[in-house]
Amino acid sequence: MSLFGLYNDLNTYLVIGAMLFGMGLYGIVTRRTLIGMLIAAELILAGASVNFMAFNRFTAPDPVAGQIFTLFIMAIAAAEAAIGLSIIIAVYGHFKSIDAEDTAKLKG
Amino acid sequence: MVAITLIGGLIACNSERLVRSVAGLVVCFIGVAALYFFLNSPFVSMMQILIYVGAVAVTISFAIMLAAPEEKKKVGPSSVLAGPLGFSTAALCTGGFTVLALKTEWPVHQKITDGSMKSIGLQLLTEYSMVFELISIVLLVAIIGALVIARQGREN
Repeated sequence: MSLFGLYNDLNTYLVIGAMLFGMGLYGIVTRRTLIGMLIAAELILAGASVNFMAFNRFTAPDPVAGQIFTLFIMAIAAAEAAIGLSIIIAVYGHFKSIDAEDTAKLKG
Repeated sequence: MVAITLIGGLIACNSERLVRSVAGLVVCFIGVAALYFFLNSPFVSMMQILIYVGAVAVTISFAIMLAAPEEKKKVGPSSVLAGPLGFSTAALCTGGFTVLALKTEWPVHQKITDGSMKSIGLQLLTEYSMVFELISIVLLVAIIGALVIARQGREN
């Protein structure tokens, strides 16, 4: 298959989704700060969305369902980012730090 | 587009400063939006740019400015093992998914709708209307909860 035909192939998008997921997983494991972990979680969600859209385009009988699912993933990701960031700000008010290891106590 | 997405993702998960990481995230999401455009759905592509680049990335950079982390003190992975272990886990997952994706024969079905913006709107208000209402409630609760939590932290 030529390089220009690659964009019309399901496997290309699946591999991209897997790579995004892997980068997000690496970020979540290695990051020290809570915001860094949140960014990595967004990468994981993006990988999942790319997979959904790829299957939606190439194999699904109803190409609307995957798009709607991706829209809902976006809404959930936005809600998650809002809640997570407000928790991070509250934690920073308590501990003066957003390092995941400094904030080990539940009742500050 | 693939290169933009992957380079952005690499910046997002590897850079030492969080601001650069958010910039990498923006680049990555623009690349993903372009991929959606190639995947025949310009509506989701526009939504990706609006929601992620326009809202989520801006919110994250606000949080970085409000809770300015001490960048000089401790950067890099938390222990010696975290880097290699994280890398091997991520590589294992990526490789596994790639092999799985390439080995499987995905059955192709006949399309029953065209997947246009009009059919998205129709299905969203007929078949998926319950989910639509639920996601609205989830977003409302998330906004109110975020306000309450952030305010409590400030009072203390």
